[in-house]
Amino acid sequence: MIFSLIFLVSLLISVIIAVLIKGLPSLSWQMISQSPVGGYYMGKGGGVLNAILGSIYLASISTFFSLIIGLPVVLYMNIYKKGNSKFSSFIRLSMDVLWGVPSIVFGAFGFTVMVFLGLKTSLLAGAITLTIMILPVIIRAMDEIFKTIPQGMLDASFALGATRWETSIKIAVKQALPGITTAILLSFGRAIGDAASVIFTAGYTDRIPYSALKPVASLPLSIFFQLSAPVQEVQNRAYASAVILTIIILIISIISRILYSKYDKHRVNG
Amino acid sequence: MAKTIEIENLNVFYGNRHALKNINMIIPENKITAIIGPSGCGKTTLLKCFNRLIDNNEGVKVTGKLLVDGENIFDPLAEITHIRKKMGLVSQRPFPLPMSIFDNIAFGPKIHGEKNKAKLTEIVQKSLQDVSLWDEVKDRLNTPASRLSIGQQQRLCLARGLAVEPRFILGDEPTSALDPISSKNIEEKFIELKTKYTLIVVTHSLPQARRIADYVIFMYDGEIVEHGTMNDVLDFPKNERTKEYVFGKIS
Repeated sequence: MIFSLIFLVSLLISVIIAVLIKGLPSLSWQMISQSPVGGYYMGKGGGVLNAILGSIYLASISTFFSLIIGLPVVLYMNIYKKGNSKFSSFIRLSMDVLWGVPSIVFGAFGFTVMVFLGLKTSLLAGAITLTIMILPVIIRAMDEIFKTIPQGMLDASFALGATRWETSIKIAVKQALPGITTAILLSFGRAIGDAASVIFTAGYTDRIPYSALKPVASLPLSIFFQLSAPVQEVQNRAYASAVILTIIILIISIISRILYSKYDKHRVNG
Repeated sequence: MAKTIEIENLNVFYGNRHALKNINMIIPENKITAIIGPSGCGKTTLLKCFNRLIDNNEGVKVTGKLLVDGENIFDPLAEITHIRKKMGLVSQRPFPLPMSIFDNIAFGPKIHGEKNKAKLTEIVQKSLQDVSLWDEVKDRLNTPASRLSIGQQQRLCLARGLAVEPRFILGDEPTSALDPISSKNIEEKFIELKTKYTLIVVTHSLPQARRIADYVIFMYDGEIVEHGTMNDVLDFPKNERTKEYVFGKIS
């Protein structure tokens, strides 16, 4: 057990150190404040601001979409239906299957939908594809939280004459709020780190995103392109992009921790 | 005795299981009626019929009538929130809502349309005073309700029920999770409250039934076996099964 633990921790540390050693020398203010100069593939100048903003837009929009689609589903599964009903079990199984589908399949599916709708590679198309990809993640993560709400608490609300809607919004969501923030973070992390589902749908560009219907860059893809460039300097920039991506995820984690403890105040241990 | 709740041929099925069989009874006003019986006899199922929380169980079927002030609450046209507003519930374990002490009490009146802040404050104070909790919490109304002790939480839950001005109070083994002092507190409250409310209390404890009940219903295997005043049922039971239970042979 202890060896597994040591292996795990050393693996984590070595990944971070490798990225930092290779990435830090190329990391500069320019990297995060400018768009690429000389093309994203061969360019040695400028930065990856296009990809930073593109990734944040893609992940935020898709997380937002998946939340407004996912939350009603989870409420229906747990408050309107019994959490252990056949319906809820069926949704749970479907979501588990979807969770296991590789993201390139979602990319291909998103591409088919795009062609069908006549949409070009764009921020919108990328965000829609990512939404489909992270829906199972956010639904299952929130579902696990809502399942832990004691039935007695819901009954207490019903017994006061509250409707299912009032119970859902004013009681269940409030009790689950810390868990919901964690689910949002998890989905955001999944969305911002994925390359395969955006490669056909969001495309890539040197420009900073300016329209929902135009292509946007993303950090995982910029890492991919820079790493496959035949120039050493550009390859090093890939590690710098990786550092930036890691830092963004770190910041999101910290924010979610802060929100968690803030919302945890009123939660009742069941 | 003035009658407030009348049950006529009430049957409850969970799928194929016949959980309540032909229940017929009358609950007298401003009295405490205790429902006793061994585990799994349908006490809690019967209690859940009064505020139709039973509807939330999947695959449940109810036939017969349960009349509250002459109105059948199982009528398809009956308005469920209106029924539940009349019934305050105190459950086995206290379940405070995930909000402050103040909001726990104000939640009920708020969902029924009370918006006036001064009125809400007044309701909160009155409800907490009715359960003797006001002096203990008046300085920390904005702290989360989950920080109260379990005995205080149970009184809070009772106060929360009183805040929507019910006519009935339903207790589902309301003291089973509490220490003896908190239990005594709740029992005393129940006895005080019967001047204004009609109480129906499911209990596992015969001594408790003796202390608080005016009327006792003994249930066995989904049926009402014996129903009468506390002394009649507990001291001079007529039915063999009641005798066995009351004198300690089955539990």
